[in-house]
Amino acid sequence: MSTVTDKRDILGELTAQKQALSISLPTSKTEEYRFTPVVRVLEKSFPKGFIGGEKKEIKSIEEYLIPGLDAALLVVIDGVYSKEFSNIGKEEAVSTTSSNDPFAVMNAAWSKGAISINKSDKPVLVLNLNTGSVPSVHNRITVKVEDGASISIIQKSINISSSPVFQTLSEEISVGESARFDLYKIQNSANLIEVGNTSINQVNSSHVNTFTLMLDGTLVRNNLTISIDGENCESHFHGLSLLKGETIGDNHTVVDHLKPNSVSNELYKGVMDDKSKGVFNGKIFVRPHAQKTNAFQSNRNILLTDQATINTKPQLEIWADDVKCSHGCTTGQLDDEALFYLQSRGIGKEDARAMLLYAFAMQTTELIANAPLKAHIDSLISKRLYEGQ
Amino acid sequence: MLKIDNLQARVAEKQILNGINLEVKAGEVHAIMGPNGSGKSTLASVLSGREDYEVTGGSVSFLGKDLLAMAPEDRAREGVFMAFQYPVEIPGVSTINFMKTALNQIREHRGQPTVDAVSFLNLMKEKVKLVEIDQSLLNRSLNEGFSGGEKKRNEIFQMAMLEPKLAILDETDSGLDIDALRIVSNGVNKLRSRNNAIIVVTHYQRLLDYIVPDFVHVLYKGRIVKSGTKELALELEAKGYDWIKNEMASV
Repeated sequence: MSTVTDKRDILGELTAQKQALSISLPTSKTEEYRFTPVVRVLEKSFPKGFIGGEKKEIKSIEEYLIPGLDAALLVVIDGVYSKEFSNIGKEEAVSTTSSNDPFAVMNAAWSKGAISINKSDKPVLVLNLNTGSVPSVHNRITVKVEDGASISIIQKSINISSSPVFQTLSEEISVGESARFDLYKIQNSANLIEVGNTSINQVNSSHVNTFTLMLDGTLVRNNLTISIDGENCESHFHGLSLLKGETIGDNHTVVDHLKPNSVSNELYKGVMDDKSKGVFNGKIFVRPHAQKTNAFQSNRNILLTDQATINTKPQLEIWADDVKCSHGCTTGQLDDEALFYLQSRGIGKEDARAMLLYAFAMQTTELIANAPLKAHIDSLISKRLYEGQ
Repeated sequence: MLKIDNLQARVAEKQILNGINLEVKAGEVHAIMGPNGSGKSTLASVLSGREDYEVTGGSVSFLGKDLLAMAPEDRAREGVFMAFQYPVEIPGVSTINFMKTALNQIREHRGQPTVDAVSFLNLMKEKVKLVEIDQSLLNRSLNEGFSGGEKKRNEIFQMAMLEPKLAILDETDSGLDIDALRIVSNGVNKLRSRNNAIIVVTHYQRLLDYIVPDFVHVLYKGRIVKSGTKELALELEAKGYDWIKNEMASV
């Protein structure tokens, strides 16, 4: 397992991994990856013999921080915990993967050890920084929120180079009784191919909020699986994808209600510009014992060009009979009537478009309570919509 | 101020306006009346720059500039305001935020400094009184869940904020009860001045009891077939639009 060297031929490695782990990498015929051609993108990004970009030193992490946010720092550079920049101690964790996603298996096998977070009074900012010199990186975190405790994690993955990086992430999170867990993902890095597997298990009276902001990346795939294994839980899963260029952005979510009397609410929105491709797949399971479950799901998308696409698929499987579940997905264009109304008051067309998209997008950020974080996310969304950045 | 010369327009292959001629000077209020389908709303839409309307002939000059060549936002910035018959609901955009953006873009266009938050709120407080609109409505999403009357009041509130040189009121009376009609009309009347002009597009005479026009024009089959003073509106009310139709048929 520890034979990983810093300079590797990515395709060679993939093949080796595939054989060593006896996993099959997804093809266009694999249902779960039908619209998200990870392997094709990897082949395109890493020509045969590619061993990675030049080694770069990170001298400061200032520019990757969130202004005004008082956070504990967990910095991982090229897949290795950085003692220099982190101010949260490293604790090795033993973790096993419960997922059979091929990239989760790969991550478990090839990561350089999982890092655990068990307590933090401050929000933890996890920075996965990539310098481009290691083309294939596998990061792993386990989080255990004790009964009655609360942990908040903000995660940013960044490739600072122009050389492509393939990053898998694995997050195993358990949320105790009456505990609270918040996870914010900010995915805004060019030249990054990322497949993340996030598994959250929550028990009685716990509260989980997640928010996934997807702005940039060559290909980003998030597998988010939540097991609601307790009663009186409340959970909100929000996501916003503002895609441009040729980014492929995929959110695959599973909300699994195993016990009665819990509420889950899922809201994912997407705005696809240029030739970008959005994918949303939302599974909700309500198991036979999970009576009085309330589970809601909504996926709404706006396509800005003829070349942009979205593939969205809600999947509800309900075995209990006394439940309230709903799902809905819409895909459309910007409302011309609304656009004209704003223009007719003197607002330029580009600004009017941005205002409407901003209004559409901001519903997904309503639950973010941390003010500096909310301001940061707001500014990222505004920059994208008003300035195209 | 506004000079419409032989204006022809169509929508979806259907010719609606067949040569409109109209001149509006500063300080004047013109009413445009006519039966359903005569082209009243099309005229208003063409003047405000709605894309689905295609101008097939004629010209419109506004303060000496070619109005038809301008994008909708530039028309507004030059001083044209359209009070819509059916104001749209825009979830997530508050009236306040929207008006502040609009006002500042208009001011920028005119080379005026933009207004800060405090002066904007003061200006707003002053203008809400004109249309007796509840300020809490303006904090909400634009027109979302507003009653018909509240939407129309919001239109006139916006007109008050933006101080246009030419306001076009498209069927502003539709869907209003008598009280709301009075409030909206009072608001419009307070905004009348020697420097601005108003075009009131309406099917019924009753609005003109409140907003008294200097001129009344009757539109029929895409042309202005009769022009007069406010007495013409009363005559129309008494005789009905069949009067116009018969008169036209006998020509």
